[in-house]
Amino acid sequence: MSAPRLRSTPLPGIGVQYDLVTRDHRHLSVVAHRDGTRTVNVYRSDDPDSCAQSLRLTTAEAGSLIDALMPSHHSPSLLYTTDLGLVAERVEVGATSRWNGRLLGDTRMRTETGASIVAVLRRAEAIPSPAPDFRLAGGDTVIVIGTREGVDAAAAILGQE
Amino acid sequence: MHSAVLLIEFGSIILGLGLLGRVAARFQFSPIPLYLLAGLAFGEGGLLPLGASEEFVATGAEIGVILLLLMLGLEYTASDLVSNLKSHYPAGLVDFCLNALPGAAAALLLGWGPVAAVVLAGVTWISSSGVIAKVLGDLGRVGNRETPVILSILVLEDLAMAVYLPIVTALVAGAGLLSGSLTLAIALGVAGLVLFVALRYGRLISRFVSSDDPEKLLLVVLGLTILVAGVAQELQVSAAVGAFLVGIALSGEVAEGAHTLLSPLRDLFAAVFFVFFGLHTDPASIPPVLLPALALAIVTACTKVATGYWAARRAGISVRGRWRTGGTLVARGEFSIVIAGLAVTAGIEPSLGPLATAYVLLLVILGPLTARYTEPLATRWALRRESAKAQEQAPALEKQEQTSVGD
Repeated sequence: MSAPRLRSTPLPGIGVQYDLVTRDHRHLSVVAHRDGTRTVNVYRSDDPDSCAQSLRLTTAEAGSLIDALMPSHHSPSLLYTTDLGLVAERVEVGATSRWNGRLLGDTRMRTETGASIVAVLRRAEAIPSPAPDFRLAGGDTVIVIGTREGVDAAAAILGQE
Repeated sequence: MHSAVLLIEFGSIILGLGLLGRVAARFQFSPIPLYLLAGLAFGEGGLLPLGASEEFVATGAEIGVILLLLMLGLEYTASDLVSNLKSHYPAGLVDFCLNALPGAAAALLLGWGPVAAVVLAGVTWISSSGVIAKVLGDLGRVGNRETPVILSILVLEDLAMAVYLPIVTALVAGAGLLSGSLTLAIALGVAGLVLFVALRYGRLISRFVSSDDPEKLLLVVLGLTILVAGVAQELQVSAAVGAFLVGIALSGEVAEGAHTLLSPLRDLFAAVFFVFFGLHTDPASIPPVLLPALALAIVTACTKVATGYWAARRAGISVRGRWRTGGTLVARGEFSIVIAGLAVTAGIEPSLGPLATAYVLLLVILGPLTARYTEPLATRWALRRESAKAQEQAPALEKQEQTSVGD
């Protein structure tokens, strides 16, 4: 199924408005203000030009709302699922993990599972595409991309005590 | 000694404005009318004439106008302006005809001559973007389908200001036909050039101005703007237009950064500008022009509603949205005062300042009210008319039924 069309209208001096008409012919719009805040609008049924509800959200509130709107919300570790069958997940390296302090290459991750580690998040910094000589540490969050099975296998390897 | 008096006077003005702003916020309306009234209360013929800080306030007012127009320019990118001009120019033309001409006609009726007519045309023509943007937010109408129509009319008016202000500047300076048209040609040339440069090389200019350090960004943008405004003034183009064009040329991240940094400065100096305008108006000169101002306000409120109604219908908005568009556009404010200010400082027609003050006072208060109530009133009126019609038709229907039964 193709994605529903999101129509955008520039609002000079304010930002951009995105309109969505749902399958039930209900009309919904989001105004992206230039300062990063968002306004979510629901239209009245007796006067389709006018908003019944107009809700202003801060950047952080809009972010939380997006999380809740994502169809995969029930799995908080999941970053994104595409139609291609690939999955990206955050996997924690525990303090008691077998890999705490060991080289990434030792996990033989790609050979064993076919999944790739695209980045490691350590405290506030992100290390993109870590090389095999990268040394893992407890508390790291590893971002793995692969097939569903591959990512599950990778999570199992990283979870070894 | 002198500087102490200046500090005391200026300080009390700013403090007074701050307190007035609070009052306005409590009742949720624009503080502009209060600033104007405060200016009337001080100054010539007022309760408490100021002496020492007059010159300082005058300079502040000038910076206020420059910042008002700079911020206006920052709101738009050059491509916004061009695409708006292409797709909405009929609405802009209707707006001009319906709202500028009554002002011009009023000035001619009052016997003020052609220059004052051009000035008053501008006063009645340009809606207040500041008040209208705030009203749209307050009423939760930012997402409404008629909002892009309202905004596009505002954009066209602002773009028109870039052409109109130099004309007025040349006219009130009393320039002859030759030097007047030369000034105009220079102004149009400069405006066109800046639009072109902004479209083609906007990113380069923005990169030159850009800085991660807010202090440097503030100084560079402010310095560049005031410098360009001064050069524009020297070329007889009007400092305000120079500032507007600087705003247009800046885009993207720089525009946003400058917007956040300069907003408080704009608020400060714009308030000073309104006070300054009030200062130069003798309160005693207002009562004689009150009736013409009221008549002009009523007429141009109706013509603005008509403009909005027409523009919204053209955009395919339903009847209720058309009334909302019209009602929202009624507010006049800062730019009417900017235009009138040009004429007042040049000493054209002494009653023009008081008339503009009274006119703006009326419409800046009335504008938010018409924005709120035009549509419900129009809808109720239409419903009543419909039900009256239905009642008229009901007996006729009964008769018809009876005859059909009789057959």
